[in-house]
Amino acid sequence: MADRALFAEQAMEHMPALYTAALRMTRNAADAEDLVQETYLKAYRAFDSFTEGTNLKAWLYRILTNTYINTYRAARRRPEVSDVEDVEDLYLYHRLAPGDGSERSAEEEVLAGFTDDEVKEAIEALPDAFRIAVLLADVEGFSYKEIADITEVPIGTVMSRIHRGRRALQKTLAEFAQQRGLVGAAPKVP
Amino acid sequence: MVGHDGSGTGGEAGSHADHVGCMEAVRQLYVYLDGELTEDRRLKISLHLDECGPCAHAAGFEAELRAVISSHCKDRVPDSLVTRVAAAIAAEEARRADQTGARGPGARGPV
Repeated sequence: MADRALFAEQAMEHMPALYTAALRMTRNAADAEDLVQETYLKAYRAFDSFTEGTNLKAWLYRILTNTYINTYRAARRRPEVSDVEDVEDLYLYHRLAPGDGSERSAEEEVLAGFTDDEVKEAIEALPDAFRIAVLLADVEGFSYKEIADITEVPIGTVMSRIHRGRRALQKTLAEFAQQRGLVGAAPKVP
Repeated sequence: MVGHDGSGTGGEAGSHADHVGCMEAVRQLYVYLDGELTEDRRLKISLHLDECGPCAHAAGFEAELRAVISSHCKDRVPDSLVTRVAAAIAAEEARRADQTGARGPGARGPV
């Protein structure tokens, strides 16, 4: 059982990570700020049910995720697609522009070319379940088990969402790179 | 090599049990990079990447891409939000203190 008086001291340091996740979830700053504030208030009220010594960051993410799903997603007028197109592994890698013997630099150019806005847009384009799983894995670095606990779904579902979400993300990123002429539309034949 | 399709050598049935092929390596690449394979599987994929240039190259690209994605997702928390959250918690703290105080010092609820 955690001491509520220690809440601020222990929980405030996680705000940058929670705010980033909230922005990607709600896709706008005003809702993200409200979501973070609500998460902290709920966490403060429930802090005596938090087991000291367990993962506080994961616990806060669980509250954030549930609050988002129950409040913000429900409030959205337009229902969103709940699935992603299934594309193959290494989607972006397979479409890198044909090399002229300097393939390494083509890859570096693609990787260095992505902007903050493009990466954020690509993540935000993913449907909720995939977006949350990819965020928790690739931006926050949680393990499959931790993500399963945070999102309250079985580990197999978590893995499927992360992997399919990543592939869909790569497809969007490949489209951005394609606009710059760095990536072909079709996979290269070896 | 760019364009490696993961269907190269070593994946055929009957290959040595300790060796995984390119197809298997690519299939498990994400779980490998996530550090979520069992030690036994991890070693096999790692061994394959040591021996297979194209797969190692693809793995390097994927690892790099992941780092790029994460690095482009950092948002600065507005100072106003930090202040707002701290104030909301302080208000909640005060509200709780009031409720406890109203029952008198040492009160533990109905007896």
